[in-house]
Formats: sequence, structure tokens, C-alpha cells
Amino acid sequence: MSGPAPELVDLGLREAGEAIQARRASSAELTEAALARIAATDGRLGAFLAVAPERAREAARAADARAAAGGRRSPIDGVPVAVKDLFLTRGVPTTAGSRILEGYLPPYDATVVERLEAAGAVLVGKLNMDEFAMGSSTENSAYKPCRNPWDLDRTPGGSSGGSAAAVAARQVHGTLGTDTGGSIREPASFCGVVGVKPTYGRVSRYGVIAFASSLDQVGPLARDVGDAALLLRTIAGHDPRDLTSSTRPVDDYLAGLEGGAKGLRIGVPREWFQGGVDRGVEERVRAALALYERQGARLVEITLPHSKYGIGAYYLIAPAEASSNLARYDGVRFGLRAKGAAGLKEMYTETRARGFGPEPKRRIMLGTYALSSGYYDAYYLRAQKVRTLIRRDFDEAFSRCDVVAGPVAPSVAFRLGERTDDPLHMYLADIFTITCNLAALPGLSVPCGLEAGSGLPVGLQLVGRSFDEVTLFRAARALERELGPPPRPRGV
Amino acid sequence: MALTLEEVRRIAALARLSLSPEEERTFAGQLSAILDHVAQLRELDVSGVEPMTHALAGEAPPPREDVILPCLSPEEALAAAPAREGTAFKVPRIIE
Repeated sequence: MSGPAPELVDLGLREAGEAIQARRASSAELTEAALARIAATDGRLGAFLAVAPERAREAARAADARAAAGGRRSPIDGVPVAVKDLFLTRGVPTTAGSRILEGYLPPYDATVVERLEAAGAVLVGKLNMDEFAMGSSTENSAYKPCRNPWDLDRTPGGSSGGSAAAVAARQVHGTLGTDTGGSIREPASFCGVVGVKPTYGRVSRYGVIAFASSLDQVGPLARDVGDAALLLRTIAGHDPRDLTSSTRPVDDYLAGLEGGAKGLRIGVPREWFQGGVDRGVEERVRAALALYERQGARLVEITLPHSKYGIGAYYLIAPAEASSNLARYDGVRFGLRAKGAAGLKEMYTETRARGFGPEPKRRIMLGTYALSSGYYDAYYLRAQKVRTLIRRDFDEAFSRCDVVAGPVAPSVAFRLGERTDDPLHMYLADIFTITCNLAALPGLSVPCGLEAGSGLPVGLQLVGRSFDEVTLFRAARALERELGPPPRPRGV
Repeated sequence: MALTLEEVRRIAALARLSLSPEEERTFAGQLSAILDHVAQLRELDVSGVEPMTHALAGEAPPPREDVILPCLSPEEALAAAPAREGTAFKVPRIIE
């Protein structure tokens, strides 16, 4: 491959920041290297929906001026990053992966985008995703599929597939995604990067296009645990513009990072190892658990008896909330409007018919049904009660352990097209990640090796107590210290 | 459970979606399969269980003071409108 000096794009987020601090590299050089890497690889990878080179170059110049004056704003000042196309970016196209928002230029920035830029990070563009974050493979993007940098015939996972692929493929040094049922952790697992779904309420969702409001949470994807911890520290914390954002102070996720696993009680849910997981995945997950034990952690068998009801509860609650959230795409205030409609109602129905792809339509239909008169108690209300039971399972488990560990997904990255005709099969990819969202708890995916045979990455999922991201990062780092981060993906 | 095409049309009307005949057939099959899967929730006895209506239980910040804060100007709010007239969003005829 021609183009950028590989050593710049290979730097992690913190390493890139340190290089700027030590004047070994400028933000402009890092930004040009990232833009060149994107230009050279993204035609095959499809991780970006929009690249904003001018905004990036201007931000890089400002970061270099601060570095020269000795006034860097943060450890990531001047480092190129990118965000899922679900985050509003003032004046930069924001589509949520949907035709209904094609060409939309938001009038303001999401809080997390503001926070990244306040820290000096250089935003280079917007990342591919399943339409309105509905999917587990990024094949539901209305624009183009994104591919897995380890094997271009496979999906990167989803819905934050672009966020995982871009950081794995060395296009940028860190990214943000969102996770409603596993949309950060599953692609992180498939692409061999670290992905974090923080506790519900830890990160502001102001300016984040809503999918299922009682589940959606924003989080980082990065090449190692420390980078993810730093990104989360940058974006976390109360935002008065988000009514669901917690006022708890943000912990210093980096301070206890090297604390190791000694003495940690790791809960292993019986239900997550009862078949349904590919053998190669289970092997790596069990090897990771054995590593923890050798480091002095204690494995505790626990039970999460309502796990198997997670998919059922989720596929009522998430579509119900989505059907309400997506009511705003009606052709009046922004986005697509179908032309030639005779009256208002026809304008609504035609706009939505043309603007939404099959998956949002399917979920709007399912959610509308679940909320419709006569069905509410049987579906939505019952699902919310099951949600309480799922949360209680975890509360009970955390009286006996400090983190829960298991697989992220039943398989490694699957092939493009393999599941697109069978939505229910696609939904089952979320079986291990979904309960964490329903219980509003923090969860993380950390690489735990490559599957024998396929050579594709496998992620270990860790779920923690409410607002205890510190323990998740420490546990993930203990594993990473033994295994080292995965090598550079071979597909790009 | 099997959703009829009639029911699919009723839901589509509630959701303000116009579906093609092919979409109606596809969704009838797919939604029925999904509803069959979620029907397993009926196995559980949930009597006496409180629904989880707040994911941020006990963590929600108190309401803010009722004061006017900076917001988008009319120009900014209208900038992405498909059609406008003055400082209003323009829509097709509502009353026939």
C-alpha cells in the first residue's frame, strides 16, 4: 500500500497524543496520515459515510498552534477520531444511515462531539452504521455495507460497524458508537477492538439520534483498554441538556487500570455456556477465564435465570420506543419529503414509505402493534416487568461477584448476506449483549484471541455493577496485559 | 401467531406507512415469526412484579429551574425544512 508512513496510523490514541506532546509528530501530520489511509482503504472497507477534510485540517492547525504554545487542552488534543453517523455534527451531513435524512445538515453538535472537540480531538468524519442503529451487521445501512477489516467478505458487526472497522483498520485512533442491544460490543468483538457500553445515564445523549430511549447509550471503541478508558473519561459526565444523564462524578478510569485481576470475583453465568455458542468462540472465552484464574481471580458460577427472555423483552421494548421516536420523520421539519402528495396524510405515508428501509419499517410495525390498543398490557407492559426480573438476576449475581464474564456473541464475524433474509436469526446475534442494556448496566468487549481455524477475533464480554466502569476497565486490562492487543487486521 | 394482511394494513395505517402489497406479505410472515418468539414471555409469572419504567432509577437529576435558555433561532430551526413560508414550516393542505 502506498501513502502514509505506517507508524503514524498504527499509533494508539494515547500514543498519538504523546507523539504530539513530545513534538515527534504534529496533529497536521497525523490528520494527513489518517485522511490518506481512509482514501487508500475505504473504497474497499466502507467505514465512512462522510469525510470532513477541511474541518479536520482546520482543527489540526489549531491543535498544532496550542502544542507550539505549550497549551494543549488534553492528552488527545490534535488526535484524529471519528464518530458514528448517529451523532449530530453542525454543518456536517448526518444521516443515521438512512435515506430519510440524506443531505441533512444539523444546526448543532451533540454534546459528546462538543466534548471531543473541547478536548482538542480532530473529527475527520462520520461512520457507517445500520439504519437508525437497527441491526447487527451494518448491512442495513441505506448507503453501502461496511466490511470487516479482517476479511472483506464478512460483516464488521453492527450497528456501530463503521466505528469498529475504522479503528481496527487504522483509519483513525479512536471512535464513538452507540449501543442499544450490543451495537458497540458485538462489532468490537468482530473487529478485534475494545468497545464499551457505559452504564445508562453515564454519557449524554443530547444530539444523538434516538432509537430506543430507555436503552440507548453512547460509548467508545479503541485499539486498547487504556485508550477506551481515556475516551470515555473525555465524554462522560452530567449534561443538563439530557434529562437522563446522571449527576454522579466521573471516576478516573485510567488511575486503577493496572490494578490486575488478583482477588477479583468473576461471575460465570451458567446460562451463557449452555450451547448455542460456536466451539471456537467458547474455547477462547474459557481460555480467558483460565488466564484470570492464574492471575489470582476467583471464578464464581452464577445464574441469570431470565437471560433467555432477553431477546423477547428487547424486541418488544426497543421497537415500541423506536416506533415513537421515528414518528418525527414526517417530512415537515427536516429530511426527505415525498413530492406530489395530495394532502398531509398522504405526504406522511409516502415520505416514510420512501425514506425508511426495510428494517426500520419492520421495527416501526412491530412497535406500533405492541403499543396498539388492546395489546399494550400483553406486550410492552409485560416486557417491562420481565426487564425488572432480568435486572434482579444481575443484582443477585453481584452479591457474589464483582464482574460477570462470558461471550459477546455466539460466533465470530459472519459473512455478508448470510442472515439478511431472516431477521429473527439476525436478532439472535444479540443474545448475550442485550440483557446488559435491559438491566442498564455497563458492559465491555475486550479481545481475547483469534478463533482457531478462521483466525478471526473473539471478544470477551464483561458486565459490571451500575456505574462501576472502573472495575470493568481494570479487569479488561488484566487480560489485555497477558494477551496483548490483536495484530493489525490482514484484510486491508 | 399469524398476523393477517388485514392486521398488517391496520398497523401500517397507525404507523403512517404506506406499504406495497409485497411488503404487506413479507411483514405478515416476518412479524408473525417474531411475535411467536416473544410469546415465550407468557411463560413467566409476572404478577406482583413492578415494571421497569425508569432505566435511571434513583439517578435522575432533579428538574431544572424553569428559565429560558438559549435555543435555536427561527432561521436555524427552519434551515433543513423541505418547505417553508416566512418563519413557518409549510405543509400540504390539511382540511379537504
